[in-house]
Formats: sequence, structure tokens, C-alpha cells
Amino acid sequence: MRVEEQNKSTKKTHPVKYKDNDLQQTVIVKDDEKYEKLDLVLDEYEDVEGSLVTVLHQAQKIFGHLSRDVQIYVAERLGVPFAEVYGVVSFYSLFTVQPRGEYTIEVCMGTACYVKGSGKILEKLKSQLGIEPGETTEDGKYTLETTRCLGACSLAPIIKIGDDVHGNITAEQISEILTKY
Amino acid sequence: MKGGKILTTKMHLLVCTGSACLSAKAKGIAETLREELHKNNLESQYRVIETGCIGSCELGPKIIVSPEEIMYHGLTPDDVKQIVQEHLINGQIVEKFLYEVPETGEKKATLNEISFFKNQIKIALRNCGFINPVQIEDYLATGGYQALTQVLHQMTPEQVIETVKRSGLRGRGGGGFPTGIKWELTRKSELKNKKMDTKYVICNADEGDPGAFMDRSILEGDPHSVLEAMAIAGFAIGSRQGYVYVRAEYGLAVERLDAAIKIAKRYGALGNNIFDSDFSFDIEIRIGAGAFVCGEETALMNSVMGHRGHPRPKPPFPAQKGLWNKPTLINNVETLANIPIIILKGGDWYRQYGTEKSPGTKVFALTGDINNTGLIEVPMGTTLRTIVFDLGGGIPDEREFKAAQIGGPSGGVLTREHLDIPLDYDSLLEIGAMVGSGGLVIMDETSCMVDIAKFYLDFTQDESCGKCTPCRVGTKRMLEILMRIVDGEGQEEDLEELESLSVLIKDTSLCGLGLSAPNPVLSTMKYFRDEYEAHILDRYCPAGVCNIKPKYRIDPETCTGCGLCAKVCPENVIKGEKRKPHQIDSEACKKCGLCYEKCPVGAITRGESRKHLSIGGVR
Repeated sequence: MRVEEQNKSTKKTHPVKYKDNDLQQTVIVKDDEKYEKLDLVLDEYEDVEGSLVTVLHQAQKIFGHLSRDVQIYVAERLGVPFAEVYGVVSFYSLFTVQPRGEYTIEVCMGTACYVKGSGKILEKLKSQLGIEPGETTEDGKYTLETTRCLGACSLAPIIKIGDDVHGNITAEQISEILTKY
Repeated sequence: MKGGKILTTKMHLLVCTGSACLSAKAKGIAETLREELHKNNLESQYRVIETGCIGSCELGPKIIVSPEEIMYHGLTPDDVKQIVQEHLINGQIVEKFLYEVPETGEKKATLNEISFFKNQIKIALRNCGFINPVQIEDYLATGGYQALTQVLHQMTPEQVIETVKRSGLRGRGGGGFPTGIKWELTRKSELKNKKMDTKYVICNADEGDPGAFMDRSILEGDPHSVLEAMAIAGFAIGSRQGYVYVRAEYGLAVERLDAAIKIAKRYGALGNNIFDSDFSFDIEIRIGAGAFVCGEETALMNSVMGHRGHPRPKPPFPAQKGLWNKPTLINNVETLANIPIIILKGGDWYRQYGTEKSPGTKVFALTGDINNTGLIEVPMGTTLRTIVFDLGGGIPDEREFKAAQIGGPSGGVLTREHLDIPLDYDSLLEIGAMVGSGGLVIMDETSCMVDIAKFYLDFTQDESCGKCTPCRVGTKRMLEILMRIVDGEGQEEDLEELESLSVLIKDTSLCGLGLSAPNPVLSTMKYFRDEYEAHILDRYCPAGVCNIKPKYRIDPETCTGCGLCAKVCPENVIKGEKRKPHQIDSEACKKCGLCYEKCPVGAITRGESRKHLSIGGVR
């Protein structure tokens, strides 16, 4: 994909349409509103030293994931190479370049949860949803993830669906829990 | 246990709203409580305080009626109505919701009667669970920001450093480096341009060790103590800017810290000319993005600057060249939480707790197979036995204590023989473990130690940043061997290979992650070698965790043909003539292991025969 040379002193325009050279097709992006939100974030952090990680957090909150477009946009506004932005995005496990499902199910794989059988819970979720960790169900409803210790060790084993924490659960309870979403 | 005495005529109803209790719907409890007080016109007599974590997380949600400190736990909104009616209105303690001692069934009303609480000395956690974490008034009422006032108006930076040195406080993040000396080194580092540049103070709240959550609890329960300590540190080393680097997973901690910073600025405890002195200090939050290696200080600094979290070789140490190449002081949350009270009460006061070389107290996160899980703060040098059996209430389901994993992925295991050694920095190093961040995962006999070692290596291997080869490739090779062993395909030379790889990785890795990554393997191999051997030689997992299907065989040379095995076999798959060697039909065998247990001459082996394997390890 080619990035249009733009005048650095003016504000970047939002990428609405571009030619994807890899796919040989035109992709239309209609995220104007989201880019406006991102602009507000960038306005705030543009001159703050070392704010890349913070900006990417906000961008991911707005877009749900960090597409190549968004990364390029952030790179240009912050005046850093795209390679650096991509380097940071790929380094940290919480950044994702893939679109996410409506709910992210996080299975805690911390020691306390592991000792209390989180492995079985993950197996159950994998078979029930038919996806592996990191994948999203076809209907776009759930994304399955394993996560590092969430620090709620006394409720082990726990899973987090969206913002809800379900603690002290067993593999048998999974079906019932999922019906709530 | 002395908590906050807050100056008001109202009685206090403390509702724990730490992460664990919030997951157990503590917010609803607090709301119901307020509604009920309103309905019964009790609002003028009672104040509901949503506190941070009080430590006994598995009991949540709970209400503590202060000042008597009567605790009700495991509550639902309906239970709250009953408590308001019976306790607050009729003055009767509601026995049903009191804590019950697991062994005896005896009910305990107040915190001081419960062994989990009465054996603790709370210094770092002094306010957690007793005050509203965000409201600055609550913090002030417990003596908050007095230390900062004293430092700014009555002390020189040198005196502050001297007090911290005197206390003997050592870094609670795992390293155990003396905090006062770190401060002194950073103070002595000169800035090139004193007018333009500044040194930095970083609070390391990237608590990545699985099974440790004390830093999260302090940030959630008493964020002002950390802010105050950072300002004191800033004054001591000559810095104007601080950063708190928090894990992104700790949403609530970030939220409360952010609120606390804003309030502190409004109050004049942060910002320009703090408390009318010439000292100015500001704090910003930086949020991690899921990389364990960022707990290592040089990686952390890269992350604060918005880069990939790669570590770099030391020296130069952060005290000389840190954030943006300026001298930087990095302290862990728990370390900082101790500072204000050390300033107020003096170094000697702090030294009265703990051991000579490891003074003070340490917070441990007690989890795993234990009755009372949660956070505890005990003097350094307390024995594992006291923690597990007195505070922790022993092992549930009448099982036996097998091991405790201390210090997370960098630490090691403690076994039954270590129950009576003092837990402090030096004694633990001697036996190949470390205090680390203070995660203490208790395991009963249903845990397989090889599996645990594999778990930790899986973790470090995945979290290795990839910068240096020993850590990137070495941990991968070690993990492959461990995977092979737990799958029942281990080879006899694997143990030697694991050992030599461990030594190599420890000798040559760049940062703390690699240097300590082999520790769980080395330590489990040292104390549970028989379990490794059982996996490799007998193709058998003693704890029954690993998915190995042992293959039972009868050694024809040893078998006397007594027929006992055939008699006990529930599946009738063992055949043979009397006084002649018997055989097992391995296709039909259900692997119950009865024959193995009963054989009087030990002729039955699991998996490959030991003899067969031991010929130079060649199969």
C-alpha cells in the first residue's frame, strides 16, 4: 500500500479511499467519526514526549483494533516512521491488528488459575466456540483470548467476558455463562 | 491491627471494593446498604466507605462495622437488609454472616479474633481496606501527607535519604536492593543542564508475576501513599517529574490513581510549589500494553518513552542514565508505600520488624490450594509454616501441603522441609528461591511439579522479548524438553540437558527475565527429581496431572508367576500359567495400576522398562 506524500505542516486528511496494491482492489473506509475522535487524542498528545503507546491505546479503544491505516495515520501525525509504530504494535500483546468480536472472552492463565484448572476451562471454550485463542467466531460475537494474571487470584479460576469477571467457575458452567451474552 | 481512625462522629461501614470483591458484586452491596440506611433514617449515624482491598479476598463481598471491626462476609443484597435491621437497628450481631473457623466451625466476630488478620502487621497496607482510596480527606485523617510536609519544611534531602537508609528498607519488587542506597546514588548523579533538565522518579507498577497482586491492591486501596512517597523521593533525589508505569490489565488501579493524582494536584500536594515550598513535582501515568519484560527497569524505561519494551545491558544503571538519558530512580509500589510512615516514625521504628538483614514487613499474595486466600503482610523472616497454617488456615479438603511456589516465574519452590526456614531475602536465596514480588502459590499433592515448571517456562518463553539469544532460543529449547517430558516422551538425558541449558541461560542472558527464567525448573528438579524421573523413566505422572498413558508390563525375568496380579485385575486382562511369567494384554488394559501396586516382587513396570532405558539411554 502506498502512502500519499502529504504536506507535513497541514493536518492529515482521513483516509477514505485507497488502492490496496496487494489485493488490487479499492477499499473504502468510512470511519470519519472515529478519525475525528482520534484527532482529538492526537491533538492532546502530539507534543508529549514518548506518548506513542498511550496514543495507540486510545486508538484501539476508538477503532477496536489497529489497522494498517490507523497505524500509518498515527505515524504521520506523530512524525515517527510507520515502522516504529508497527514495531510497537507488534511488540505488545494487548495491541491487535485483527478486528475483534463483540465480546472478548479472556481466560486467565495466571498460576493460581492454572493450578485451579483454567486449562480445562479453556478447552471447553475452544470446543464450544470452535475457535482457538486469538480467533473470533464467524458471527463476530466472541473473540477468545488467554490472558496473563488479572490479579483476582483469590477467585481462581476466572474468565473475563467484556468487563464482567466470572470467578470460581468450572468447565461445566461455561455453557450457562455464555447464555447471558 | 490498627487501621485508619477517621475524625468524625459517624460510625463507619466499610465495604471492600477491591477488584476481587467487585467481581463478587460488592458495588451492589454498597448501594443496597446506602438505600437501607436512607430508608431507616440512619444516614446521620453511619457513613458507608467503599474501601480498597482488605486482603481476605475469598470472603467477599463483605461489610466491616467500625470501630468494633465486626466483619460480615459472603453477602447478597438481601443479607444487607437483615444486617441493617438486626445489627444497626436492634444492636444484635448477625451470627449467620460471621467468619467461621474452617476446622472447628467456631464463629468469630471481629477482625482481631480471626487468625488471618491478627497475625499480620500492616505497614505498606496500613490504609488498604480502611479508607476511601480516592478521597484525600480520608488519607489526611490517617496522617497522610504529613511526611511530605515534614520533609519539605523541616528536612534536607540528605536527611531524608539517611532516614530511608537507616530503615534498611530493601526493594520489594524482587531485587531486594537497599532503597536508601538507590536514592543516594541517584541524588549523586549530576545533571548536565540543571535549569533545563530534570531527573525522574518512576513507580514500577507493572506487576506481571502471575499470582502476585499486592501492588494492584495498594494502588486501588491507598493510591495517595504512593503519590506522597514519589514526591518525597523526588525531593530527595532532586527531581521534578514522576511517572507511574501501570499494567493495562489493572483498569481499576489506573482509574483510582488517576483520580487521586487530580485531587492531590487540586489540594496542592502535587504540582508547583507543593505546600508553599520551593519544591515542584508532577506525576503522570503511563500504561503498559501487555509485556511482562517491561517489569525489568531498563525495558520499563523504554516503554515509558513509547518504544518497544526492550531491556538494555547495565551499567549504566538508571541512577546514572535512565529515562531520556537522565538519572532516574525506579522503585516498586510496595517499596514506596512504606516510605511515608518510615519518614514519620523513623528508620529505627521500621527496623524493629523483620530480620537484621531484611528489616520490615513484606506483603505476600497467598493463593492456590489454601483455605484463606488473599493478601497478607507479615514481618520479614516469618516462616512458611506460620503463613500456610496460621494465617492461611491450612490446606482444604484434608489434603497435604506439598509445595509453595514463591516469587513467580523468577522464583522457586519451597517444600515441606522448608516450612520452618525464615522467609527473607538471604535465607531464600540460599535454597535457590527468592522473595520476588511475593507471590505465594500453595500446592497440595494433586499438583505435578514438572507441569508447574512447564507452566512457568511456557510463560517466560512466551514473554521473552527476543533481544538476546540465550533467552529467546534457550527457553524455547527448555520448553520443548519439558513438553516432551509431560507428554511421556522424555529421554533420560533430558535432565542433564535441562541443567546445562539452565546454567547457560543464567550465565549469558541480558536481563532479569532470562537470568531468572530457569529458576523454577532448577528448583523443581532439585527438590522433586523423583517426579521428573517418574515421568521420564516410568512414563508416569505421580500427581495424575499430565496426560500420560502408562504402559504396564510384566518383566518375565522377575515375575514368579504367583498370580496375584491376575487376581486383582478388574478387567481380567492378565493371563499366565501358575509359576510361569504372566502377561498383560496392553490393548485391553485400563491402566488402573492395581497390579503394579500389588505385585510382591516388583516385576510390573509402567511404560518402558527401567532396565531397558538405562543402557546408556539408548533405546
